[in-house]
Amino acid sequence: MTAETALALYQTMLEIRLFEETLYRLFSTRDMPGSMHQYNGEEAIAAGVCGHLVKTDYITSTHRGHGHCIAKGADMNAVMAEMFAKSTGCCAGMGGSMHIADFGVGMLGANGIVGGGIPHAVGAAWKCAYKGDGGVAVAFFGDGASNEGSFHESLNLAAVWGLPAVFVCENNLYGFSTHYRRVTPVEDIACRAASYGMEGLVADGMDVEDVYAKAGDAIAKARAGGGPTLLECKAYRYMGHSRFENPTYRPKGELESWKARDPIGAMAARLMGGYGLGASEIDGARARAEAKVAEAVAFAEGSPEPGPKDYERYLHA
Amino acid sequence: MGYERVADAIRAAIIEEMDADPDVVMLGEDIAAFGGAYRVSEGLLERYGPRRVLDTPISEIAIAGTAIGAAMTGLRPIAEFQFNDFMACAMDQICNQAAKIRLMMGGQVRVPVVFRAPYGATGRAAQHSQSLEAWFAHTPGLKVVMPSTPYDAKGLMRSAVRDDNPVVFLEHKMLYGAASPGGKAKTVVGVLGPSFREAPEDPYLIPIGEADVKRAGEDVTIVSTGYMVHKSLRAAERLESMGIGCEVVDLRTVSPLDMGTVLRSVGKTGRAVIAMESVGDFGVAAEVAARLAEDGLFYLDAPVRRVCARFVPIPFAPACEADVIPSEEDVVAAVRAVCA
Ligand SMILES: Cc1ncc(C[n+]2csc(CCOP(=O)(O)OP(=O)(O)O)c2C)c(N)n1
Ligand SMILES: [Mg+2]
Repeated sequence: MTAETALALYQTMLEIRLFEETLYRLFSTRDMPGSMHQYNGEEAIAAGVCGHLVKTDYITSTHRGHGHCIAKGADMNAVMAEMFAKSTGCCAGMGGSMHIADFGVGMLGANGIVGGGIPHAVGAAWKCAYKGDGGVAVAFFGDGASNEGSFHESLNLAAVWGLPAVFVCENNLYGFSTHYRRVTPVEDIACRAASYGMEGLVADGMDVEDVYAKAGDAIAKARAGGGPTLLECKAYRYMGHSRFENPTYRPKGELESWKARDPIGAMAARLMGGYGLGASEIDGARARAEAKVAEAVAFAEGSPEPGPKDYERYLHA
Repeated sequence: MGYERVADAIRAAIIEEMDADPDVVMLGEDIAAFGGAYRVSEGLLERYGPRRVLDTPISEIAIAGTAIGAAMTGLRPIAEFQFNDFMACAMDQICNQAAKIRLMMGGQVRVPVVFRAPYGATGRAAQHSQSLEAWFAHTPGLKVVMPSTPYDAKGLMRSAVRDDNPVVFLEHKMLYGAASPGGKAKTVVGVLGPSFREAPEDPYLIPIGEADVKRAGEDVTIVSTGYMVHKSLRAAERLESMGIGCEVVDLRTVSPLDMGTVLRSVGKTGRAVIAMESVGDFGVAAEVAARLAEDGLFYLDAPVRRVCARFVPIPFAPACEADVIPSEEDVVAAVRAVCA
């Protein structure tokens, strides 16, 4: 990886982290609408995977979609405005955190239904194959979602049709309160790929370089007509499942042990080590990310709320 | 001390039934170790152990279908869905399987399963806010219950568990009064007053299929369910001061529908407003209106009016949600219109 790529991945992770930290502060200090599911700790997955995608590629996301949106290049102002339910939001204030989408950059939507977005990625990959446009579709989903029928049906279909899809399972150990090993009889969810005759890979989801390398293989294979891959990324969510939920079901010390391997801190050290960058470049990345998030908040705050009947414009095309 | 929140009342009913019958079992996502997203099953794993209170994977087809298979072979499962919206993932099992098995198989089998789920709008946009009773009420073979008070919830839950047929039991989120650790309960429990009747500890049953007159009045009948019952009761108080006497009929069960109680009331008042949080179009409110037209037309001094959610996916922005979800204000306006 070039130093330039490494810095770009770092920048993306930092933007996601600061977006989430800022959002948490906003939810804690004022009356924000709705709820949210935060991505802190899992930034390396979205950054490492989307680092290989171009604007015309597609992703589908989950209820925990802020990071996917930012990594795919969505306009952060519009994403933040959606959190505020403003009419300038990427969904015009109609969707909120669980439904953020930016079709202009191929982000086909977060999803309130666990597993709901996985087959959409198969459909987008089908379109890419049909048109022969060289595009790829990536489905992001959790460990919990891999127990939904939609996961199994989607992998099977993508495999038999040989579609340019990549299935990225974000294994953060928990689905809501439930440890995945209490409801999933295999250690590596990636091994489920075998049932569908596709390759299954495991990446360290706390290491953006590892994610980037393995996602690169899977995406290149898909683009070249080699069919789908299941890529499991092992990571951890730092926050509660949603909004202020206090994750009492996690053993003491678990969070700290994962935080010790924080993907952003680790990458900063490598940038200044092997990649030979200086503190000024690291500080510069942080300053850029801070400015971007601050601008997004100011944009959201200054934006108008939708009128009470604005939804009428969006029911039918 | 009785139970003042719907979450506690339902749990109390489940405990009574699980104590009485070792074949009553529970399954669902995050219900055992965690105690359930809305705390209904809190403490039940400790009380009954992991053979009777089971956490499942996030697999709604398997939750519904496994409950059905166990019910066909002698258990009495209570299956929880985290939100009624996610029952959509299991619609084949609920509507094509559970609802139809007994008749298709010539009455050989009973399917005593309860499908529980929270419903209703609390600012969570289109896939977490719906009131979906009509989906199930539209399927012959299912019973559909939606209580409005702790008192009704406890008595009806006991009847649901004892029922030898599949029962869809829908619980409004605003009435639970409980939240996950760290979370803030979005609830109206505590502000509803005596109409939110608490459930006594003593055992009692409320039969499925019986509506309840929650308030007597002479001028207009408001037919309602769930949280809308309370909005209707508050509307009725305001209308009283305007000189309009409202009778509020809480259906409690939407299928089978107790039209006897509704028709008796409308026979007295001559006017009807139907207030439900679900979309009115093609829904339970439409069914009540149709039956009033068929069987009660000559009681009516004014056209029937529905006060229901607008026919759109529920938008996120608070002002838009407020426009879509029916309010106390909307009930007042509809009653004044039919009484004009
Ligand atoms: C079909 C469906 N079932 C249940 C839920 C409730 N729910 C929302 S997120 C979640 C946990 C998802 O776990 P996982 O897939 O591992 O994703 P994570 O939250 O860990 O990112 C659950 C149970 C839902 N939204 N949709
Ligand atoms: Mg998870």
